Parts: sequence; C-alpha cells; structure tokens
Amino acid sequence: MTAFLTVTNLSAALHGYEQRVLRSVSFSIDTGEVLGLVGESGAGKSMIGKAILGILPSAIEIIEGEILLDGQDLEKMKPADRRRLIGATAALIPQDPLTALNPSRRIEPQITNRLVDILGWTKADARVRALELLNEVHIDNPERVMASYPHELSGGMRQRVLIASAFAANPKLVIADEPTTALDVTVQKQILRLIRELQARHATAMVFVTHDLGVVSKICQRLSVLYGGKIVENSSVAEFFDGPKHAYSRALLAATPKYTDPEASLLPVDEAVIEAAAAEVLAADREWRHGG
Amino acid sequence: MLDGRGSVKRRLGARLWLSGAWLGLMAVLALLAPWISPHDPLAQDLFAGRLPPFWVTGADPAYFLGTDSLGRDVLTRILYGARIAFSVALVAGLATALVGSLLGLLAGYMRGWVDVAISRLVEIWMAFPPVLFAILLIAVMGTGLTSIIIAIVVIDWTRFCRVVRAEAMNQSAMDYVSSAIVAGRPRRDILCREILPNVLPTIVALLTLEMGIAVIVEAILSFVNLSISTDAPTWGGMIAEGRTSIHQAWWVLAFPLGVLFLTVLSFSQFGEGLKDRFDPVLR
Repeated sequence: MTAFLTVTNLSAALHGYEQRVLRSVSFSIDTGEVLGLVGESGAGKSMIGKAILGILPSAIEIIEGEILLDGQDLEKMKPADRRRLIGATAALIPQDPLTALNPSRRIEPQITNRLVDILGWTKADARVRALELLNEVHIDNPERVMASYPHELSGGMRQRVLIASAFAANPKLVIADEPTTALDVTVQKQILRLIRELQARHATAMVFVTHDLGVVSKICQRLSVLYGGKIVENSSVAEFFDGPKHAYSRALLAATPKYTDPEASLLPVDEAVIEAAAAEVLAADREWRHGG
Repeated sequence: MLDGRGSVKRRLGARLWLSGAWLGLMAVLALLAPWISPHDPLAQDLFAGRLPPFWVTGADPAYFLGTDSLGRDVLTRILYGARIAFSVALVAGLATALVGSLLGLLAGYMRGWVDVAISRLVEIWMAFPPVLFAILLIAVMGTGLTSIIIAIVVIDWTRFCRVVRAEAMNQSAMDYVSSAIVAGRPRRDILCREILPNVLPTIVALLTLEMGIAVIVEAILSFVNLSISTDAPTWGGMIAEGRTSIHQAWWVLAFPLGVLFLTVLSFSQFGEGLKDRFDPVLR
C-alpha cells in the first residue's frame, strides 16, 4: 500500500539566503497512522506542517523536494488547485487555542464556514454536523457554545472547539501543531485522549508536532527526530523507546524529566552530543551543495 | 458569559457619556439651527455692535451671548457654524476613513508589490506639511465646502492607511487566518470575515479622532479666510474676527473657541471610549 502522505527531500530556506532551515526532510505516513515530529525549539517541527499545508511565512520558500498528498504532487500544482485539495483533505489543529479562534466571531460560523462555503453544505446540515462534532469532543452544552464568543470559553473548551472544527469535514490528514502545549497538564491529558479517539474513529493520517516524548509514546506509531531542520532518526515508537539509534535521540530521551528522579533527569543535553549533531547537519549541508 | 460571574455588564464610563452627550447636543442644535436660532446669522445691526453676553451689565437679553463688531448674534453664528463643522466632520471623516482603510487593508493583507507601492506613496505623502498642502489644494480648487472636504481626504488618508495596514498585518499572522487558508476559503472572504471585524474598532476610534481633526482643519482654513465665503458663519472665521477685537469684546473670540475646543476633545474621547467598549479582547 502506498503512503497517504510522502515528503521527499524537502528543503526550505529564508528567501534569498542559501542557509537552509529545512534540510532534505523525508518521511511518509499511511492512512490511519500517527507520526510524531519531535525535536527542540527551533528544530523546524512546525515548519514542516506549515510547508505541507501551504501556510509558510512569506519570508520562507521551499527550494526543493516533493510533497505527495494522496498521490498528487503539491509543489507542482497550481496554487488554486493546491488550496482546493488541501481544503478538501487536510486540516490543522493549531498550537495556541487563545489566538486560533477569531475573537470577534461566534463559534458556530467558525466551525461551519468551511462546510458551507467550500464544501457546499446547506446551513442547516452544517449546523447539525457542528452540534454532532461538539458532542463528539464532549462539550456538554453545544447549543450554548455555538452561540458564544471565544473569550467566553476556557482554554480547554477552545481547544475542543478547534479539534471539532479540524475534524468537521472528515479530513484524511490532520496536522496537529503542539495542540496541548498551551494547556495545563490535567487538560492536556483529556485533549490528548480526545485527539486519539477522533483520529482512530476517522482513521485519519496525522502529523503530531510536539517536544514532549511522553505524548509521543501515548499517541504515535512512528516518530521522526529533528535537529536543525534535519531528520536525524526515523523509527517506530516501540523501537525508539527500547533504545534510540542516534546519539542525539538518546540524549533527548535521557533529558525527559522523570517523576521518580527529578534531580538526575533534569539535566541539559551533553555538549559533545550537540556538537556531533551540529557537525552532522553541516556535513549534510556540504554534501547537499556538492550534489545540487 | 458562560462562567460563574453570570452576565457581566460593563459600565459605559463617564468619558463616553460626557463626550457623547456634548456631541449629541451639538449635532441636534446644528440640525435645528434654522428653527431655534434667535437671529439671522448674516444680519448686521451696527447700532447693536459688541454687545456683551447676558450676565454682563449693558447686555441686551435678545443677544444671549452678545454680538460681534458688526452687530451679528454670536449664539446664532455658533449654531450655524456647528452645521458647517459637523457636515465637514461627518463627510470628510467618513471619506478619509474609507479611502485610507481600504488602501491600508490591501497593503497589510496582500503584502508584496501592492504593499510596497502603497507604503512608498504614504511616505512621500507624509513629507508634505499638511496645512500648507491644504492651503495649496484650496488655492488650486477654489474655496467652498467641497474643496475643504476633498483637501482633508487628500491630506489625511495616510493616517488611516498606516494604522490599518499595521493592524491588518497583525491579524494576518493570527492562527485563525492560517486555519482559514488551510480550509481553502477565498482571500476576499478571509479579508472581510476574519480580518476586517478585528480591525473595525481601530477604524472607529480613528474615525472619531479624524472627525475632530476635520473640525480643526476647517477652522484653520476659515481662520486664514480659505474656507467658504468670508461672512459665512464658521467657527474659525468667528475666531479670526474675534481676535481683532479681543480687548474690547472677548466674547466674540471666547465662545466659538470654547465650543471648538469642547467639540474636538469630545470627538477624540468618544473614539477612545468606543474602542474600549468594542474591543473584542477587552469585552
């Protein structure tokens, strides 16, 4: 079976600079599979998601590589066709629920807009679907929430609304960009369970961006470890937690805080490991320049 | 509200009330001027020149706020002056807001060459000294209400353009705009439904500020005799006339000046009050 989403040798750079911010990134996801993208801040985790969805900041451009979504090469499509394909098959669960809903609009149109305007549903059908979705994300009083403004809801509620909204059009691919980072720990757990539940029910392919390896172990089947915009390790979750192959991955795993032994686990990553990883990235850059 | 605080009503605030009341009063008086004015704003009575306001000895109760050196009723002229001031404020303010906001939205949302073109134009525009620019424009177009309004729009659209552009750029970077792009919604739809509603409070605040500025610009142009015909009752014109007789008849200067001051102040305070009230984040 061919993968639903295949990213091959994707490189991106700041407009007009040779320095790459994504360095020949390759991975693939099957239908119904969850891939974790992990790495430290600034490793380019979110950028990969944005590149797939076509919402990179205007200063960053894709300089090479291929993104195959459902067999179609996104980079070779006309912008309008690409937007249509993305709109019909993909969705985003954003990082910060506090800025991801428009403060001046009620919740209902923010969920139903896409259904009515893009997919041509009737308003009544879209409303029924929205209520159903809010039920699915365990919101007790969906009618009242639909008539509310975002500022009237708590952070956890807003993230539930965003998840409902992401799954509204039965997407085949969902990019979850650190969906639990902005929430407190107890709410995090509920939201995570919710995302897993919806993902499993709809058999959605999912890219789960996070820096939390604990979260990865709960939700993902496979993961890719990023350093400096380069994937240093692709592996299955089971293999990874048995013992990562790459030194940087081992260091990352070792840096996860443990409740049993906080003193010993809250340590910075070994300098030598970082230097080795950085050297590897630079070597890859040299090779890339000679090849291209 | 859905939380335990129940339905929280925000106090309207003294600022909004006071400024709103003054503006409302002036607007009503301006509308009704032809019916409630005690005299004809242009009628001269040289035997009743420089009569003081009612509480000063030697006043004629028929001339409530006194008369100017040509014997014209100060109160009547202030009321008629309000008609001109408010029409300029309304028409010039709205037109300026429309032109400036539209260009600002386009620049901030489209970015690229549209933004470069509009931003450079704004920078060049703002290098002209505004009052001299206005005088030049009036000199070219000739005096009259329309010329004043056009001059204000031509000079002040940059004020809206810059602020609205910055706001639109802020909004474009929000996650809900990204989500809308991912959902495949058309650009015009995103601009109208995701960005504009959040920029609107700023536009409204600027609009009321601009109305105050329009009143001042009209007064300045009347002061230097470039407004409408010289004997027309404008606040700026009255101030200019009052200046020549400040030692003999202070009231000819003081009353229109006071009304002008309060009106411009009210416009800016009203805008600030409205902005606080309608800001979706503070609401």
